[in-house]
Amino acid sequence: MKFTLSWLKTYLDTDVDLFTISETLTAIGLEVEEVIDPTEGLKPFVIAKIEKTEQHPNADKLRVCTVNNGNEIIQVVCGAPNAKAGLIGAFAPSGCTIPTNGLKLKPSNIRGVDSNGMMCSERELGLGDDHDGIIVLPSDAPIGASFADYANLNDPTIEIAITPNHQDALGVYGIARDLAAAGIGTLIKPDISKISGNFKSPITINIEDKNACPVFAGRYIRGVKNGPSPEWMQRRLISLGMKPISALVDITNFMTHDYGRPLHVFDADNITGNLKVRLSKSGEKLLALDEKEYVFDDQVCVISDNKAINSIGGVMGGAGSGTYDETKNVFLECAWFDPIRTAMTGRKLGIESDARYRFERGVDPSTVLDGIEIATRLILDMCGGQPSEVEVSGKVPVISKTIIMRPERVKELGGINISKAEVIDILKRLGFKVTDNDKTLEVTSPSWRCDIDREPDLVEEVLRIYGYNKIVGEPLPASSRDIVAGLSPMQKRIRMAKRRAAVCGLREVITWSFISSSQAMLFADPKPELILDNPVSSDLNAMRPNLLPNLITAAGRNSDRGIKSVALFEAGNQFYSDKIDGQNFVIAGIRRGQKNERHWQKNSEDINVYDAKADAISILNAIGVKADNAQVVAEAPAWYHPGRSGVIRLGPKNIMAYFGEIHPNILKKLDVKGPLVGFEIMLGNIPLPRSKVGNSRGPLKSSDFQSVERDFAFVVSKDLAAEQLVKVISSVDKKLIDSVNVFDVYEGAGIDDGKKSIAVNVRLQPFNKTMTDDEIEEFRQDVISIVIKKTGGTLR
Amino acid sequence: MQDLQSLETEITAKLAVATSVGDVENIRIAELGKKGRVSLLMRELGKMTPEEKNEFGPKLNQLKNTLNAAVINRKNTLEEETLNIKLQSEGVDISLSAGSGDNGSIHPITQVLDEVTEIFTEMGFSVAEGPEIEEDFYNFTALNIPEEHPARQMHDTFYFPEDDEGNRKVLRTHTSPMQIRTMLEGEPPYRIIAPGRTYRNDSDATHTPMFHQVEALVIDKNIHMGHLKWCIEEFCKKFYERDDIKIRFRPSYFPFTEPSAEVDIGCSFKDGEILIGEGDDWLEIMGCGMVNERVLENVNLDPKEYQGFAFGLGLDRAAMLKWGIPDLREFFTSDLRWLKHYGFQALDIPSLSTRNSSIKRGK
Repeated sequence: MKFTLSWLKTYLDTDVDLFTISETLTAIGLEVEEVIDPTEGLKPFVIAKIEKTEQHPNADKLRVCTVNNGNEIIQVVCGAPNAKAGLIGAFAPSGCTIPTNGLKLKPSNIRGVDSNGMMCSERELGLGDDHDGIIVLPSDAPIGASFADYANLNDPTIEIAITPNHQDALGVYGIARDLAAAGIGTLIKPDISKISGNFKSPITINIEDKNACPVFAGRYIRGVKNGPSPEWMQRRLISLGMKPISALVDITNFMTHDYGRPLHVFDADNITGNLKVRLSKSGEKLLALDEKEYVFDDQVCVISDNKAINSIGGVMGGAGSGTYDETKNVFLECAWFDPIRTAMTGRKLGIESDARYRFERGVDPSTVLDGIEIATRLILDMCGGQPSEVEVSGKVPVISKTIIMRPERVKELGGINISKAEVIDILKRLGFKVTDNDKTLEVTSPSWRCDIDREPDLVEEVLRIYGYNKIVGEPLPASSRDIVAGLSPMQKRIRMAKRRAAVCGLREVITWSFISSSQAMLFADPKPELILDNPVSSDLNAMRPNLLPNLITAAGRNSDRGIKSVALFEAGNQFYSDKIDGQNFVIAGIRRGQKNERHWQKNSEDINVYDAKADAISILNAIGVKADNAQVVAEAPAWYHPGRSGVIRLGPKNIMAYFGEIHPNILKKLDVKGPLVGFEIMLGNIPLPRSKVGNSRGPLKSSDFQSVERDFAFVVSKDLAAEQLVKVISSVDKKLIDSVNVFDVYEGAGIDDGKKSIAVNVRLQPFNKTMTDDEIEEFRQDVISIVIKKTGGTLR
Repeated sequence: MQDLQSLETEITAKLAVATSVGDVENIRIAELGKKGRVSLLMRELGKMTPEEKNEFGPKLNQLKNTLNAAVINRKNTLEEETLNIKLQSEGVDISLSAGSGDNGSIHPITQVLDEVTEIFTEMGFSVAEGPEIEEDFYNFTALNIPEEHPARQMHDTFYFPEDDEGNRKVLRTHTSPMQIRTMLEGEPPYRIIAPGRTYRNDSDATHTPMFHQVEALVIDKNIHMGHLKWCIEEFCKKFYERDDIKIRFRPSYFPFTEPSAEVDIGCSFKDGEILIGEGDDWLEIMGCGMVNERVLENVNLDPKEYQGFAFGLGLDRAAMLKWGIPDLREFFTSDLRWLKHYGFQALDIPSLSTRNSSIKRGK
């Protein structure tokens, strides 16, 4: 909502300055977004007189003017045809900037003659389109004075944000009313006295649907003469960014922004018969003022004559229903339309209009009868004509509510102690009717406040006028019952997982939760319930079933920028259904390129599946999973390389993580070059540790007896998983064996085809006594025989 | 004993010019060994008269000790020299890179979320959660935003297709539905924050279709706007790590709170940068208010018994303000250059003990 200071002052008698007005607006909930002072750019411009002119010696069209700016005599070369001695105009001195074109004036020499500053045209100062000559001011204009002050341009524009509950402030009058209640001026009421009609309106109104339109006031005005509206009205419309069109059109626009009262002026000669307010029939159409054709269902409130629909009630007029330069007779409409229906109609038809904006928020019903008088007065003033009597159909609805208020609720909800007397005073200033019933107040809201619903609304009204700034912070009281604070075990786990991933060298990213459906289909069967109806763009239409595609394409974008080695992770939801349990929290990561940057000490090796496995295991360990107890099997989903990927699980149904090289077909479809590995950890699938009392870690069990290490190398089938060999060896003596580590895997010369050699280090830790050589040898033989028996391998 | 003195001088001189530990050992054997000159003199002692022994014995012992010490001393010196030479020869070019190690980082959104969580959990809040694909009831209706309400259009909602019953799920447009879930699922009182991803169909220089909010909700028997203001002031002081933060409440409107306020923070705009806690300008940072009675009724609470406040703020914006990050859109592009510059160390875990604060002098 925009208005100028002088406009506001037509309704607010006040001495306070602009700053106070602006601060007060914000303080009462009409937040000032911007104050524009149009004189800011015009400050250097002064009124000056051309004392004499001479022909420029070297240019036919130029004149050399001697200009008096009230302070000094300046020589200015001027090309304007009307520049002549004695002319008084607007002078721009050297050093200032022309507001409309940004040109900075400098002392110059034009064809051999010095020139300082210039005499301006209207267009150069943004005052109009006239550029045929320089501005000519009356002969009594004070030389040396500020041009902006003289020309009454000193009228700042204020722009405020209107919250949906403040429909009462969608007109300048309503804003003045609220400021007056806040105590910074007196409200000046418009003349709403009744204009008596000379005849009965030849057009009658019939309301068919009283819910859609409870009241419709109309007036016929005969013999008007349309033309431009007066300058004051044009200026106000221009300050809103609107283009003045003609008096009849401008009056409706003005009434909307001035009094918050949208109304419509029909060319009465284009109305066939009488007007009817009714619901549309399915399939009916209207070409509206915006020159678009709208097709209705059976729920739109329309105004039609005997022949066709003329306008959409409260939203927009029809193209043929407006007024023209040659309009002679008009019919003025001032009605009240149901806010909900207006909102639904506007939304269905996709029409944004100033009328809809106001009606859907709730126009003050009392302005139906007041508004028609104000508008009639403006039409008679500007266009002349003979008014009919006002034709009113229906009844003005009462939207005021009466609420029982406990005055102490101001303190209980708002935290400020305000006396009952002051509460009553503030409410009355705001136009509420208040009856004091001792313990409670009976409060009736004014017709312009359709948002007032319950007691807390009244508390807010009192607080906003009293001043939100007077609320003083007060520490939270103790909870009325014991409640749990802090993070849940899962939340701690997520935090730990992210930090651990970063320690692993992965950089956290956050990417869109939606991807293209073609990418989604690489990772899951398409689910229509996960496709957005109105995506921000067609390639962001599917809720992601997997975090990997965004990570993979992010790696691609970075490598396109020349960053070859990329390691990223993201923690977020994957979507399997639109149900609450179909949104699962996952942490996933990828690595692309080399393990490390090229380094003089290390070889640059391509990353491989084990890097992804290491990331997954590190994170699982960090969140307290004993990864040793988990199974690692080669059954990863189809988006992984079938031979270089795995699943980490607690059982066939309980999958904790996937890891592996990404399948080359997936990389090809996502247009990213490998090598690229990734992992996914399904945090929700991992059981939380059993909660136990206290934080004790239990005693440390360590042994003072010497530990023993023995190395073995077995030749086994190439297909045997190393993990299997480790498990077989570990089974020999679970108490004695401290660890079994694979330290070498070899295939090639010296080893038969289809076989491989696995070397392991076994560390024994006795707890009772030091082991003898015989005991150690016995253990060694046990290991060898069980490996031969269980794996078919041989000692190398 | 003229010759003992000269013997010491002679042997000491020999040791002084010895250039290796081996040479020193040879000298020791030759002079102090079994057949060495000093040992031979010791043997002579047996042949001497008691008077001669008394005079000659101690001197000879002293000579032996002196020479033994000189041998050890010379050996140590030579060993030290040898080691020094060896160490000198082992020098490397320490200017060579040691390898950069791993360079992981935490996204500013996670960092800001961890900071906010730290501040509120310390104040006794827990962290609530909820789905991102939400039902209309939780996202709108229960929050007192009926179908025709103009506020619905301000939300630019993402919709999913209608299901068999004609219901359309939405991507949550704010974190407020988690308030509703919290209140429907548990018993009052409540003190929660609810952070998460939120979505609006809007994309321009200052809006992204996905962003992050955090919501706070306190419901109890006696909560008022003074408590709300304190909570926000405490949060701002701790989050922006300044005790001189200025906060301004302005009346505003949200369907789910009444009375409602917007919160501005004192700041200054200098050379395109925003400095929090300085200057006379104001910057809007969040919306808040007392939970609307209709919302309480929608979650089966009696407004005569329970009341409280809620507030919500944008986490992305809070991160931008705190760390001077200029462009919201860059948060979501996964550009490594941006991640390196604005990301946080893995172990930079927010805690109240590591942030700037001061204790005012008692009065």
